[in-house]
Amino acid sequence: MNERTILDLNETRNVIIEIIDQVRGDRTQLLAVLRECQSRWRHLSPQVITLIAEEMDLSRVHVEGVATFYHFLSRTHRGNYTVYVNTSATAEMAGSHAIVKAFEREVGISFGETTSDRQIGLRTTSCIGMCDQEPAILINDVVFTRMTDAKVTKIVAGMKANRPVRDLVESLGDGKNALEEIHAEVSNHIRVRGPVFFTDFEPGTALKAAMNHGALEVIDEVKQSGLRGRGGAGFDTGQKWGFCRAAESETRYVMCNADEGEPGTFKDRVLLTEMPELIFEGMAVAGYAIEAKHGILYLRGEYAYLKDYLENVLTKMRQEHLLGRRILGTRFSFDIQIKVGAGAYICGEESALIESAEGKRGQPRNRPPYPVTSGYLRRPTIVNNVETFGAAAKIILNGAAWFRKMGTPASSGVKVLSVAGDCERPGIYEVEWGMSIRELLAICGAKDVLAVQVGGPSGQCISQNEFDRKLCFSDLSTGGAVTIFGQKRDLLSIVHNYMEFFEDESCGFCVPCRTGNTLLIKALEKIMVGNGTAADIENIKQLGKTIKATSRCGLGQSSPHPLLSTIRNFTEIYQKKVRADVDFLSQFDLKFAVIDSCVAANRKPNLEIDSEVVDGTRPN
Amino acid sequence: MEQGQISLTIDGKECVAKEGQSIVQAARENGLFIPTLCDFRSLSPAGTCRVCTVKVGGRFVPGCTSPAVNGMVVENETAELTDLRRALVEMLIVEGNHMCPSCEKSGNCELQELAHHYRIVVPRYPFLFPVQKVEARMAHLFIEHKRCIQCLRCVRGVRAKDGHEIFGFMRRGSDVRITVDVTDPEAVSEATAKKAMEICPVGALIQKRVGFRVPIGQRRFDRKHEKDGKQL
Ligand SMILES: Cc1cc2nc3c(=O)[nH]c(=O)nc-3n(C[C@H](O)[C@H](O)[C@H](O)COP(=O)(O)O)c2cc1C
Ligand code: SF4
Ligand code: SF4
Ligand code: FES
Repeated sequence: MNERTILDLNETRNVIIEIIDQVRGDRTQLLAVLRECQSRWRHLSPQVITLIAEEMDLSRVHVEGVATFYHFLSRTHRGNYTVYVNTSATAEMAGSHAIVKAFEREVGISFGETTSDRQIGLRTTSCIGMCDQEPAILINDVVFTRMTDAKVTKIVAGMKANRPVRDLVESLGDGKNALEEIHAEVSNHIRVRGPVFFTDFEPGTALKAAMNHGALEVIDEVKQSGLRGRGGAGFDTGQKWGFCRAAESETRYVMCNADEGEPGTFKDRVLLTEMPELIFEGMAVAGYAIEAKHGILYLRGEYAYLKDYLENVLTKMRQEHLLGRRILGTRFSFDIQIKVGAGAYICGEESALIESAEGKRGQPRNRPPYPVTSGYLRRPTIVNNVETFGAAAKIILNGAAWFRKMGTPASSGVKVLSVAGDCERPGIYEVEWGMSIRELLAICGAKDVLAVQVGGPSGQCISQNEFDRKLCFSDLSTGGAVTIFGQKRDLLSIVHNYMEFFEDESCGFCVPCRTGNTLLIKALEKIMVGNGTAADIENIKQLGKTIKATSRCGLGQSSPHPLLSTIRNFTEIYQKKVRADVDFLSQFDLKFAVIDSCVAANRKPNLEIDSEVVDGTRPN
Repeated sequence: MEQGQISLTIDGKECVAKEGQSIVQAARENGLFIPTLCDFRSLSPAGTCRVCTVKVGGRFVPGCTSPAVNGMVVENETAELTDLRRALVEMLIVEGNHMCPSCEKSGNCELQELAHHYRIVVPRYPFLFPVQKVEARMAHLFIEHKRCIQCLRCVRGVRAKDGHEIFGFMRRGSDVRITVDVTDPEAVSEATAKKAMEICPVGALIQKRVGFRVPIGQRRFDRKHEKDGKQL
């Protein structure tokens, strides 16, 4: 090592020590440390990984494992400005492909690359929670929505001129999005306001009501209300809180799941933007009910632009004695910490969320034990969705009976929906459970609808025949996503997009999900290019079943849904694509396989010898 | 029944197990076979390979990570489960590059053995042919990534000389890979390399300079098949 590199090394080490000191060496903050290093050096070099491991007293392979798990962390330089263009299905429908091309033209490199002066890096990313205002992109944590060619040109010029990213934001969104602390182009698009969310809420009132009830009665009231989790799985919330309270322990945790990664969902973003006090108070009510002192909000990396704002809300709540020590003058203490993810859909799965919040790879855990008995730092923990906490706060304030009056007997209350895709008014709808798809399509202005994806890719894709089905736990259950596809859409390419999403976002831990999804995509592609047969459809169904049955967590267990539900509800689309004249076509394409050697030998592929085999028909 | 014991049925057979045992352990103790790949002796179970999948109460669960519970009714050797397990083994085969005739582990390989068990001649899935470099920087051990089935037995069971974690798991999705800390090439001693090779169910961890000491044909599973007379 020469003097210069030793100097650099020491300097780097000092910076890293400073970053680690800011989190007081807390190993559960490894992800925060990595995020900070990534944002400072725009990549995590082998040297930085070694230094972090040394200074946090972790093994190097552990740090490397975490650093390579998250999409927003990288070992190669991503440019001083890293552009992430969302390529989810709704983004593609809104023209993200043209935006990709425009960036490539303006910057002069391809996606996946970084300019040689390391100024600009171009990458794609999964859904960033802006489906109602696509095409949307992220640049160094700043969101840009409704991208156009002209906007790309301007932004690239700004990046080349070294302007701060925030200054490139031209127009601000509605509501709190316009606040200085958020300063985002993002719109709320709240189309239907209901009685639970997006109405006036006076901070402190729910906590006071909870304290009047007493902890056990709070749990009872939530049970009475029939509230079920709003994150997708629909577990009974009161029961979950009861189990956690009953678990033997000095310490318990309340975790709010704001990972919101299911493509098509963005309601938690709007709830956190407009009603953070309600959500945080719901967490405090839960803490009071289960006797927990610590709360964690796990915010997806894509929503990092909300972090400062949310921190300020927490500070204000502490000043008003709604958080912190001796809340409202009582002996109850509870505080909330925000942890930010770094691009991984799987971290929305509750046990992966816990692992990630502990600063590890976002890999789900084996269950049992469940988080209510062994969660964050192996202590009893409740994990609930953002909306669930908000609803719980309102239930404590207005009573279980009030809540039960809304919705259906088995699915009480309201649901906040994220509506996107082909309709006139995409955005947020707070509606009572029990609404039919047909009614919803009418109020959001959707015409000539081919299909509706309910519950995101992991949910189901339904056709016109089923538009009278109702949104509720016993029929069409959803964590909130409703994505509409018009008659002109190519359903197979949407299915392909969803399947690639699962392939990209699988944690890779178990084989059916890690490899099964890759195999499903290959089989679908075979059909899409016109080489499929009826047997291929059967193979997809079979493989889909295997993946569902044997995968370790909800991601794998639902990953074949885009294929399985469209094969069920749109059979004719597949049937039209497959070859009816043959029963079997090999995946092996002879023409393609010999093309390189033919080019090298400077001759045309000589395929006449057995042209029947070549185009797939079996010789007699 | 003694204290701390539970009873359950596996494929209709009454079994007695100790409280806290997994379904796989319970089966083994009662002389029943549930296939496993990632589960290994005393290591804490991981649940990566899923070939131990059984059916309990109509639901599929992994036998190695699920505790045996009193009164449990477990399905094991059904046609449905056999096909699922065969499918999983086939996935493990196509996601890697398993050229058994040229592999040092042939005959001692648990994946090969399960493939025999399920009579897999040609997997139903297309091969994915991953291209992966060999990790050869350690003094006493190679890693043949293309044969790795990501069972994490090495991550759980092998430590460096000074006791620190040396194997890890990196990247995600279909890119996942075992990683090893090569800062000190001697961190894995010769003895540890031997142990690592034993822990690895396949031919991904290969001790250097000891190739083919036991000739093919006389290895663990070769001999077993000779005895059973069911060599393929
Ligand atoms: C792959 C996957 C992703 C998930 N993502 C989320 C999410 O982003 N937000 C959420 O609240 N729940 C998500 N869940 C569900 C959680 O595991 C968990 O059920 C939920 O947070 C519990 O809260 P609730 O009962 O209030 O819904 C996800 C589940 C899986 C399997
Ligand atoms: S199902 Fe997929 S996401 Fe879940 S543990 Fe397995 S590999 Fe990971
Ligand atoms: S190297 Fe061997 S022991 Fe380690 S994960 Fe791969 S297959 Fe398992
Ligand atoms: S042995 Fe149970 S999952 Fe591998």
